[in-house]
Order: sequence, then structure tokens, then C-alpha cells
Amino acid sequence: MSVAEPFYVTEEEAQGFGVPVSFSHGQTVLHPSRAAYHDLVERLAGDGFNGAVDLSGVDYLAHPGRPLPDGVGPERFEVVVQLISYRRRQRVRIRVQVPESDAVLPTLFDVYPGTEAYEREVYDMFGIVFTGHPDLTRILMPEDWEGHPLRKDYSVGRVPVQFKHPPSTR
Amino acid sequence: MSERPTDPVLVHETDEGPQGLLPRTATESRELLREEGAVLRVPGGPVLDAGDLDIEITDDETMIINMGPQHPSTHGVLRVMMELDGETILRSKPVIGYLHTGMEKTGEELTYVQGCTNVTRMDYVAPFATELAFSLATEALLEVQVPPRATWIRMLMAELNRIGSHLLWMATNGMDVGSTSMMIYGFREREMILDFFQKVTGLRMNYNYIRPGGVAADLPDGWRQDVEEILHVIPGRLDEYDDLLTGQPIFRERTQGVGVITADEAMALGATGPILRSTGMAWDLRRDMPYMFYGDLEFDVVVGSFGDAFDRYAIRLNEIRESLRLVRQISDAMPAGDYRVQDKKVTPPPRRRIDESMEALIHHFKIFTEGFKVPEGEVYVAVEGPRGEVGCLMVSDGSPKPYRMHIRDASFCNLQTLPVMVRGGLVADAVAIISSIDPIMGGVDR
Repeated sequence: MSVAEPFYVTEEEAQGFGVPVSFSHGQTVLHPSRAAYHDLVERLAGDGFNGAVDLSGVDYLAHPGRPLPDGVGPERFEVVVQLISYRRRQRVRIRVQVPESDAVLPTLFDVYPGTEAYEREVYDMFGIVFTGHPDLTRILMPEDWEGHPLRKDYSVGRVPVQFKHPPSTR
Repeated sequence: MSERPTDPVLVHETDEGPQGLLPRTATESRELLREEGAVLRVPGGPVLDAGDLDIEITDDETMIINMGPQHPSTHGVLRVMMELDGETILRSKPVIGYLHTGMEKTGEELTYVQGCTNVTRMDYVAPFATELAFSLATEALLEVQVPPRATWIRMLMAELNRIGSHLLWMATNGMDVGSTSMMIYGFREREMILDFFQKVTGLRMNYNYIRPGGVAADLPDGWRQDVEEILHVIPGRLDEYDDLLTGQPIFRERTQGVGVITADEAMALGATGPILRSTGMAWDLRRDMPYMFYGDLEFDVVVGSFGDAFDRYAIRLNEIRESLRLVRQISDAMPAGDYRVQDKKVTPPPRRRIDESMEALIHHFKIFTEGFKVPEGEVYVAVEGPRGEVGCLMVSDGSPKPYRMHIRDASFCNLQTLPVMVRGGLVADAVAIISSIDPIMGGVDR
């Protein structure tokens, strides 16, 4: 176990949020349920975490047995949010489990307008729907694209490699 | 600041009474960010029949036009949809994805050793920042300690890269606002930096130099003279830029008071780097959350006060000066020692050992074909790139390939400030504003 990183919220502060907490390489991670997710972010925003620097998704289809704190059931998808407090120079990470059968999560657009593009990216790449998002459309892939490329069951695709030169015309 | 027709503008008579665009100050910033106007969509469905068109176009109709993706002033393949009233922009929306090549998906197929060749192609103007975030994240998962010399070399390259990136921005920004000589000067000075990079890494772009475990090669003989040359020449050239642009009335007219954003707006939209600092927020990860050895070095964080395009110009110009200060200190402090970690698991054996040892050959082969296994876990590491926070979220499942590798690129987030900045401005200003955001589309689309 590595030492705690100095710019993450401390264990005592993290316990105060009432959700399961874990530490990954010294970085504090909060694991709210889907129902508690939006309230927790709102509470953190009111608590001085005035920036959402990143929001992304992870598809754990091929890696279901990752360590999670007690009380958190693993689901296929995870949405990972990095919050920052510019005043207190602190970061905190939020990981919320999203089941495959009902891949829906409330949007953070009303708390941090800057998550708009990130949520669109997660929707585009993983197919997770953010309810209340003002414009949930594909952002990177073409609008008529089928499938969500960063899902683990979406193949990379191959370009056939030509191992021989074409036969000589001579 | 130039006077913009903001007061009684754009009042339209509608069946619900007069409606108009109030001056920016009339709307609360939180409200402004949340407005649906930030979301401009062209309706889908079948193509319009020419017969359905109302040919009588009246004055009070707004017009939706596209700027890009091939417009020369959009810094790559950026498309901006704008709703215009005459020359005034009401709403706008950046449309991205034209350069999307699925690099995050590709990153899951490459080993950690190969991963740097992938991430270095994201933000192709400042590749060292992305390589650094990727390498630091991998090292955090591996829990290896990089030798001090490797870290100092990384800092040297990152700071020189910041100078090169800002010089390129000076050049393209000059071009966008009509100063072609600035473009030639900016590229000329950047060439010095690129020559140095070529000497050290062998390449002029896509370096793949900073790798998990250290750097690819030690600094070449005579690197100190080259750094001295850069430190000697660039400051004088920066003073020339001051003469050419800073006091020049046309340039000030094009940039001052243009594309204003407040600190609240910038923070809520997740903007970082020079955009956030132009609003007066003194936020720089190198100082506020120091990583590597930045905590030991002396430098100033340059901030603006108006949050306009001119502030962003002045910040970048002075950040070059601060980076030169840092390069001087790094060059003086550069210790001797290893340039990569002496951990057999991560670092392949040196080339000469391969000729004499079968085991070394096998080991070398294994690292480059199979890669090294990284313990299970997830980590987020952020560094301050030239455009703001460059972060890497790395999830490992214990295999030699990242399970998930997400790069938080500063341009992607910064681009979201565009609708706020151009609102109520002129089309000609949009060009200067897009330029002042400094988006690198390779990083935006990934």
C-alpha cells in the first residue's frame, strides 16, 4: 500500500460523505450508489469542489473481479468523475456502478456545465444514457454510427495485411 | 477596450412581445452556462425541398452557418455552427470528431511499452505532456521510483515543449489576426526547439521519448550548449514580439475585450491552463499541486485580469519567459545518474548485453513483444500541459496492456468555453477567439 497522495481528500473527510470509500494508490475514491450519485456531487460542489475536470467511463465486462469496498456490488459499467477544489487544492474521485441492463445515470450538467461534452463522449463510447442532459448525441463518432466503440464486446477491427508482393507482371 | 454594440441590440418583435439578446452582464453566469442556447442543433430528417423554402427572406431572421471543418482559421478540423444575426453571433456550438481515430481503443490493444507511441500522437503540438501523464500513471500503478536524472530530463523536455507549443500558438494566432510576419517569426523560433528535440529523441514530432520507467535515451553530448543557445536567443526574440504585437493598435483592437470569460464561467466549464489563468485565477498544477521536482524550482504563475483574448496572448508570451527561467534552473540542477529505472521488470537490458548474453536477448525480446505486467488497480495522474491539465486515467487488470486508458486532454474541455466567449461577438472576432483557446484537434478528438 502506497502512501496517501497529499492532494486528495483525507480519510476522515471522505468518511463524512456517507458512501463507501476506497484508496487507490493513495488517491481517495468515493463509491456512491446510482441513487446517491447526483446528491453526493451536489453536496461536494457545495462543499468547495468547484470543478469537474474529467468524466469518463470504464467497461468492466472482461474484468469483473476488481476490488471494490464493502457494500458496492460490481456492475458492468463504471462512470469515473474527477472533482477538484481550487480553493483547498484537493481532488477526489467518484466511481459509480452502472448496470448493463439499465445503463442510465443522472446528468451532472446542472451542477457542472463543463461535463456536457464528457457525458456526450461517454454516451458515444459506452452507450450510457445521462438523463437530463440537454443534447445527448454522438460527439466523436458519426451520427449514424452503430455500436459504442469503447465497449469491450466491440471489436477493434483489422486491416488485412498483405504478406506477399503481388505477382510480378514480368 | 473597444466598444461593442451590446446595449440595445437585437430586439425582435415576436408574437410574445419584443424579445432580445440582453447584454452579457444582464445574465447571471451560472444561468448563462446552463442556457439551452449552448446547445445548438440542426434538425435531422429529410433534406429540405426547395419548393418549401420561403424565398422572401426578411431582415429579422437569423441565419445558421457553418465555419469549418475546412476553414483555414479553425486550427485543424474544427467545425463551429453559428446562429448569426447579421454579423453578430447569437449562439454557437463546436462540432468535433473529424479527427477521431479511436486512440483510447487502440491504447487498450497496445502494451505499456508501446502505449507511448500512441499517446504521443494525441496532442501533437505538446506530446511530452501526454507522454508524461501516461508514464506517470503507469509508474504509479507499478509503484516504481524513477531515478532523479530521468525526472529532470522529463522536466527539461516538458518545459521546452511548453515553449515550443506557445511559440507555435504565437505564430498561428498572429496569422489569425492578420500578422503574417508573426507567423514566420514564431515558426522560426520553434525550429530551434524542434532541432533540440530532434537531437535528443531523433524525431521532430511524435517523440515517444518519455516512457514508463524513465526516458528512451540519455541526453546527447553537447546538450548543454544547445540549451544555452536557446536560452540566449529566445528572450531577445520575445522582446521583438512585444514590439511587433503587444503595443500595436491593430492587434490590441482585434484582441482586447474580445472573447471575455469570467472566472466562475471558466471553472464551471472545466477550463484549465491559460484560459483559466486569464480570468485572474492563479491556478497552475506545477505550483498548486507540485509533481516531479517543480516544488523546488522558482517560477511565477502568470495571470490575467480581464479574461479576454489579449490576456491569453500576454499569458502565453510571459509563460515562455517563465519556462525559460525553469529551463535555466533545470539545466543547472541536472544531476548525473541513470536515465531509466534499473528495474529488470520494466527496463530492457542495454543493447550491448544482447550480443553477449542469451538471457538478455530473451529478456529484451520478452519486454518488447509481451510487455511487462502491471499490477491490478486504477489511478489518475494529472500534469500541467501548455493548454492546461493533461490527465491520464489508467485501469489495469494485471495484464501487460492497459485495461482502460483515458486521456483527459485540455483542449477537449477548453473548447467548451467557445460558445460562452463568442456570444454576442462578431464573426471576425470568432476567428481570434478560436485561436485564443488554442485547441489542438488531435487532442480534442483523440
